[in-house]
Amino acid sequence: MTIKEKQQELINEFKEIEDWDDRYAKIIKMGKELPDFNEEYRIEKNKIEGCQSQVWIHAEIKEGKVSFEADSDAMIVKGLIAMILKVYSNHKPEEILNSPPDFINEIGIDKHLSLTRKNGLGAMLKQIQMFALAYKALAK
Amino acid sequence: MAENQVIEKLKRTFDPELIRKDFPILEREVNGKPLVYFDNAATTQKPNVVIDSMRYYYTHENANIHRGLHFLSELATESYENARLKVKEFLNAMSASEIIFVRGVTEGINLIANTFCRAGLLNDGDEIVISHMEHHANIVPWQLLCERKNIKLNVIPISDEGELDMEAFKEMISEKTKLVSIVHTSNSLGTINPVKEIVNIAHSYNVPVLLDGAQAVAHQKVDVQELDCDFYVFSGHKLYGPTGIGVLYGKAELLNSLPPFMGGGDMIRTVTFEKTTFEDIPNKFEAGTPNIAGGIGLAVAIKYLNSFDYDDITSHETNLLNYATKKLLAIDGLRIIGTAAEKASVISFIIDGIHPYDIGTIIDTDGIAIRTGHHCTQPVMKRFNVPATARASFSIYNTLEEVDKLEASLIKVIKMFR
Repeated sequence: MTIKEKQQELINEFKEIEDWDDRYAKIIKMGKELPDFNEEYRIEKNKIEGCQSQVWIHAEIKEGKVSFEADSDAMIVKGLIAMILKVYSNHKPEEILNSPPDFINEIGIDKHLSLTRKNGLGAMLKQIQMFALAYKALAK
Repeated sequence: MAENQVIEKLKRTFDPELIRKDFPILEREVNGKPLVYFDNAATTQKPNVVIDSMRYYYTHENANIHRGLHFLSELATESYENARLKVKEFLNAMSASEIIFVRGVTEGINLIANTFCRAGLLNDGDEIVISHMEHHANIVPWQLLCERKNIKLNVIPISDEGELDMEAFKEMISEKTKLVSIVHTSNSLGTINPVKEIVNIAHSYNVPVLLDGAQAVAHQKVDVQELDCDFYVFSGHKLYGPTGIGVLYGKAELLNSLPPFMGGGDMIRTVTFEKTTFEDIPNKFEAGTPNIAGGIGLAVAIKYLNSFDYDDITSHETNLLNYATKKLLAIDGLRIIGTAAEKASVISFIIDGIHPYDIGTIIDTDGIAIRTGHHCTQPVMKRFNVPATARASFSIYNTLEEVDKLEASLIKVIKMFR
């Protein structure tokens, strides 16, 4: 699936849920199911300090595709991380760089859960693009 | 006695349901639910009288103050200076010239930090005493000074309950201490500090005291002469007044000994390229066109607050605090940070296994506004070994029913996350 297709899949899943309490319940479930973060990556270099919660992110390149691992101390943020990783992990740097996170607006997350410096997610999305850019440069 | 003073002596009956009608924002809904506003320690809502006074000023009186001799300028000047008089009465200062209008507590403390340094009152080897429960606004200005001079910041430790270690304070104050700068009421713990005792101890060493009254003035009567503090700062917006206006009170003798903070219009007497002379206090510290409408709005907020008996305010807020403390402590895994014997209506709490960010996000969907995070007191968070807390802070317009809604919403949060 392309990043675009994965985004559309998430949009469709959330469109089916009307009540925001249920949407949060889904986000929390995704957060709980996020694979455990490798503790050796929980280092200062990988940390994004939000004003309210923290995010850790680690990236690797395997066979030309970037894979991400990430974590947060807040469960809702973890749920959002799960969504972001589902969309962006295991794709080529070019595709990541050419795919803005439109699903966030489409689902309406931005109205309820701003991806700002408050939760560190705004910086995390930027970091994902930076990793992609760096791996693209390395490949040349 | 002027007519309006007579009216102010007649206190209103304290009825939260009637008080709520004074605050138009409390009628609105948030996420389809009636707003429950428990973020009063961050800022309070504004009553109609305050909103109307600022509209009235801009509609009927707007002009620049102190400079013009035309009708409107005189009118605006009179309103603004009357506002200063109102603040003087409110704090029971000796004179209106001791009332400096600033943007808020942050600017007030920065003013003192900067001018103390430039007056030569702080030099290499000197010490300043603050406490572990200070807001960043009473930490960072002193640290910025420490970068310029070799000044030591002594920090009074706090107990597990969130009370100042007064014995440690007595140990750390000495002839090297040049200023004690302490919060009157803690924004993150709710502790009301024994400020009178602090002033007495500091004065026995001839050390002046600055009190950060941001969280105190709306909840208890403050009399600067009785406290005998040397400086007292507060922000208007935590007192039902507008944002961007606050007050630095200082004893006239001390204020006179300090140089200006910012230079510009309205604070000078004569300007030549060779030498400029400055106005007397308070104008010396109010460079540029001030927040005139803000000052007027603040005075009206004070009048509004004065329409109640302070004992009624304290008793209502204590009632809310005690009721909420009991309700919240009954919630499984909830722990309150800050359990001082003398406490304002602020409850900082954590719930085992649930991040404050998650708590705040979910209860917001129920229309309940609380604050989550470090509350600009990161050293306090570190002291209690928590990354952040959730904080509910109460005000005159809050009700016990609203506390019940908070309780129900928190129980829902626990169900969702566990």
